[in-house]
Amino acid sequence: MAKSRGAIEVDVEKCKGCALCKEACPTKVIDLAKEVNGKGYNYAYMANPEACIGCTSCALVCPDSVIAVYKVTL
Amino acid sequence: MDVKDIIKKENFVYGKSKVLTDNPMHYCPGCTHGVVHKVLAEVIEELDIQDKTIGVSPVGCAVLAYNYLDIDWHEAAHGRAPALASAINRLYPDKFVFTYQGDGDLASIGAAEIMHACNRGEKQLTIFINNAIYGMTGGQMAPTTLEGMKTATSPYGRNVALHGYPLQITELIAQLPGTCYVTRQSAHTPGAVRKLKQAMLKAVKNTLERKGTSFIEVVATCNSGWKQSPVDSNKWMVENMFPKYPLGDMKDI
Ligand code: SF4
Ligand code: SF4
Repeated sequence: MAKSRGAIEVDVEKCKGCALCKEACPTKVIDLAKEVNGKGYNYAYMANPEACIGCTSCALVCPDSVIAVYKVTL
Repeated sequence: MDVKDIIKKENFVYGKSKVLTDNPMHYCPGCTHGVVHKVLAEVIEELDIQDKTIGVSPVGCAVLAYNYLDIDWHEAAHGRAPALASAINRLYPDKFVFTYQGDGDLASIGAAEIMHACNRGEKQLTIFINNAIYGMTGGQMAPTTLEGMKTATSPYGRNVALHGYPLQITELIAQLPGTCYVTRQSAHTPGAVRKLKQAMLKAVKNTLERKGTSFIEVVATCNSGWKQSPVDSNKWMVENMFPKYPLGDMKDI
């Protein structure tokens, strides 16, 4: 089976740190940053980027539509 | 492979719908409203009906929905969205008309309007967000509040002897001959979001074909009102809301 690698881009200033993306990610890529954005929220970021498979689960559940997903087949 | 080699235009697979505006949503972190807005926006984009869609927003947290979907909107008085939408769909039969309402708006003050619009088989879609609480006004008891559930106005829990039973209004609506598609969905997992999108596609197509009234209930969370984190609210919803409000199609003709 072809392997795929993915990556996400979070619109940091619009993220509300709800952690629903972190919960939805099957490969535990995402965590909330210790730093906060301009609104005071601990925003989501790829803590473990090598594990991302580009499945879009995180972006599907994000209420604020702030995640863009990219994917390459290796 | 480096992340910056993956994040390139040609590798883009999923992101924000063009029908959503750039306005940051006022909803609380983790609120289900944002997910439902997104699903609706994606369906409008895919069916290429942005210029023929008219939404009617409610009174409640979604009162400002018109800031987030770049379509035509009308704001209704509390609970009256289905009546207003009836007028709009009759005046503009070539448009796609929908109402977007919470449980306080639809199942309480607007119970008469939704029943009669569905009974008349108005050619419109209603998206009904059921989080068992009045979110915007501070978490008061709603018609859909579960038995024993604590809210600002039922601090000892809903007592059915005093307050009546949680209203399964979607089950009632499915009985009305004017409705062609009645379903109950959720939006708490990637799978649930995909199913909701399928339901939304069907409902919007039905409405464009003027088949009758379509009705989608989305069992939702109000993590601020429920006083839990967004992740815990989803778990609480699965354990407590789903037994009373089971997911699935009730009618599809
Ligand atoms: S789901 Fe969206 S808003 Fe919530 S933490 Fe993740 S990126 Fe931020
Ligand atoms: S695309 Fe899939 S694997 Fe990558 S961060 Fe999102 S949920 Fe995790």
